[in-house]
Amino acid sequence: MVAAHDVLIVGGGAAGLRAAIGISQSSPDLDIAMVSKVYPMRSHTVSAEGGAAGVAAEDDTIEEHIYDTISGSDWLGDQDAIEAFVNEAPHELLQLEHWGCPWSRQPDGQIAVRAFGGMKKMRTWFAADKTGFHLLHTLFQTSLKYSTLRRYDEWFVTKLLVDDGRVHGVVAVELATGEIHAITAKAVILATGGCGKVFPFTTNANINTGDGMALALRAGAPLKDMEFVQYHPTGLPFTGILITEAARAEGGWLLNKDGYRFLQDYDLGKPTPTPVLRSMELGPRDRVSQAIYGEIQKGRAIDTPYGAVVNLDLRHLGAKLIDTKLPFVRELCLKYERIDPVKELIPVRPVVHYMMGGVHTDINGATPIEGLYAAGETACVSINGANRLGSNSLPETLVFGARAGKAAAAYVRSVGDRPGTVEAAIRAQADDEARRLRTELIGRDGSERVPEIREQMQHTMETAAGIYRNGPDIATGAGELAELQQRMAKAGVADASRAFNTELTTALELANMLDIAQSMLISAGQREESRGAHQRTDFPKRDDARFLVHQLVHRDDGGGLRTEQLPVTITRWQPGERVYGR
Amino acid sequence: MTLEAAARAAEESITLEVTRYEPDGDTEPHTQSYVVPLRKDWTVLDGLNYVKDSLDPSLSYRWSCRMGVCGSCGMNVGGRPSLSCGTFLSDFAPGPVRVEPLSNFPVIRDLVVDITDFLDKLPTVKPWIIRDDGDVDVHAGEFLQTPAELDAYSQFSSCINCMLCYSACPVYGLDPDFTGPAAIALAERYNLDSRDQGARERLDVLIEREGLWGCTFVGECTRVCPKHVDPASAIQRYKLKAAQESVRAVLLPRGGR
Repeated sequence: MVAAHDVLIVGGGAAGLRAAIGISQSSPDLDIAMVSKVYPMRSHTVSAEGGAAGVAAEDDTIEEHIYDTISGSDWLGDQDAIEAFVNEAPHELLQLEHWGCPWSRQPDGQIAVRAFGGMKKMRTWFAADKTGFHLLHTLFQTSLKYSTLRRYDEWFVTKLLVDDGRVHGVVAVELATGEIHAITAKAVILATGGCGKVFPFTTNANINTGDGMALALRAGAPLKDMEFVQYHPTGLPFTGILITEAARAEGGWLLNKDGYRFLQDYDLGKPTPTPVLRSMELGPRDRVSQAIYGEIQKGRAIDTPYGAVVNLDLRHLGAKLIDTKLPFVRELCLKYERIDPVKELIPVRPVVHYMMGGVHTDINGATPIEGLYAAGETACVSINGANRLGSNSLPETLVFGARAGKAAAAYVRSVGDRPGTVEAAIRAQADDEARRLRTELIGRDGSERVPEIREQMQHTMETAAGIYRNGPDIATGAGELAELQQRMAKAGVADASRAFNTELTTALELANMLDIAQSMLISAGQREESRGAHQRTDFPKRDDARFLVHQLVHRDDGGGLRTEQLPVTITRWQPGERVYGR
Repeated sequence: MTLEAAARAAEESITLEVTRYEPDGDTEPHTQSYVVPLRKDWTVLDGLNYVKDSLDPSLSYRWSCRMGVCGSCGMNVGGRPSLSCGTFLSDFAPGPVRVEPLSNFPVIRDLVVDITDFLDKLPTVKPWIIRDDGDVDVHAGEFLQTPAELDAYSQFSSCINCMLCYSACPVYGLDPDFTGPAAIALAERYNLDSRDQGARERLDVLIEREGLWGCTFVGECTRVCPKHVDPASAIQRYKLKAAQESVRAVLLPRGGR
């Protein structure tokens, strides 16, 4: 065992760093550590572009942000959590301002806000179109102030140590040396981000393999809302690189192959020369992605070697606006598509972007396992329900990162030291895990290859859990995943080197993703309705009578999955029709 | 031969000459060649991923965002420090392309270098907002900052910590005590931020640690920076301030504070 801490944070992106800074400030006497498979500034928060929502403008109200988020979630978000989130988001964004985040400004020096999809008011704070990058580096650099924060950079966590329903730490591989260690802690916060790499075409980074979700599931904590996968409407073909929704918020148009603003055919409003909030190109992501899919089905998209695309037109915005507000969009298009959006159309197609589901937590980030917390995309509180609104995820990392940190610190103060008997039990668990890694994986020349299994899993998930789904395809997919799990048991890691063994991490990541993929399909199969990002062609209508509920996925000791329903918290906003553009 | 196999056989290819090093087995680095498809859209990173998935799973390198913003995949490509995700194979056709780890850092394995030295130096320049009045209550609202005030430092805030500038810097190669381009640029980023009052503290640190004087203005850091941060100008501005300080320290009692 390398060390024992009070709080151990797994993951160094926005949620993890926010938790770490919060605890460092409020409880400097606590021993806090952060373990991450990458250096914190490499975390995927870095890729967020458009902005972070928080009520700031004079004409905006908390009530309206709440309503937009609830209706955006297709009434599946928990209303108490959404209220807390909307109330605390502005404070968190201001806190980032005080820590140095270079927010874009109005001429008088006040924070500027921009429009965003599904939002009735302008309330999205932004740092040009590199909001996530600036937010992450501001948090990382601010965290350096706290020299007591111990970091385990480039350590890969393979297991949560849990005894008698209570978490006691983790087992992790130190990548540089290949050494396997137990790091114990009274409380653990999972902040490991999303799992887009379960799919073949995603905006997500290579590291987004859902590690925290898989760790929690195996340790006995359920996952929630796993059927809800967000497709962002505008990714670049081939790479899947994100073109931010801010491009449409600043006035960009979506055009089909005839140059027609097709969103008007999908009950999203009437085209106007300048953007209208909650209308047309400023509709929510689920509806806009579904509309693009509709154009492809009708043969009104453009075929390319990398699939059918529609066009995003920014030409009328002019070079000056693009260079001030969307410089990264121009840089990415020039580099990866060799086109200049000032003069040319940008080809785009829907791309897997965000996981609404995650580790089931309460409003303070607590999971059902004592001492185990989760925050950010790893977690599902849920504020996003069946569809997240653009620019709600960055403030979510901050609000619930801070909340989870606070709750974990309070928990640590409430529990005493571990009894010696538990100490022995978790040591035995850690030894078992080290043995498993050494004997079952490293240096074992298996009969199956990890890249092949991964590719097939991604193909299966695109077919079974795409923008539109149906029962038979989901069932077929589930069968394929079960087969892939069996093949995975025969996969080995031929590379026996200890130093920076990325063949090992790739295998561990795939094992995590297979468990998550199965959770997605079991949930998708059982939800026989269409809601938000979960559209079933065999059950095309929303069915509040049967499915105004969350679904939890539990894993039993033998590896089998089962689901359980949980009521949605409704406080003041009764479920109604989602109306955009009319 | 199937049609697909025939198409693949006819496809153009390019050779990657990759530096390999495995600390347990190798006494020194050696080069290994891999033939990968040469496709218009493929970056050097795509080529490496092809090697990893199809030819040699033991090849080790870092990568993540594949869109030039996470800073993970810096390496020397064709002898120049580059982000492999933003460097296209076609620019090196017909090849071969040399792919080596970044210079001036210890190699952990293959293309993975140890950047601990930078992570240790970064906190010494205090890259966070410092206020004379301590932490101001957030409830008091935002610090006003005009677009012009934002412009004053925004260039230096674009650093992605990719380490290309350290690899290019001849001074860092010779003098490991040199604080280095990215860290000094980040210090300057906060100095120029209208919300910050810590310039004095950072200057003292840099003068004391002799973290500044080594730079001979070669400007390689600025040339290789993928984000146009221009660390060379940050160092130049810093040196000027430090020189003014040392003159003042001689002429005025208590260092002119």
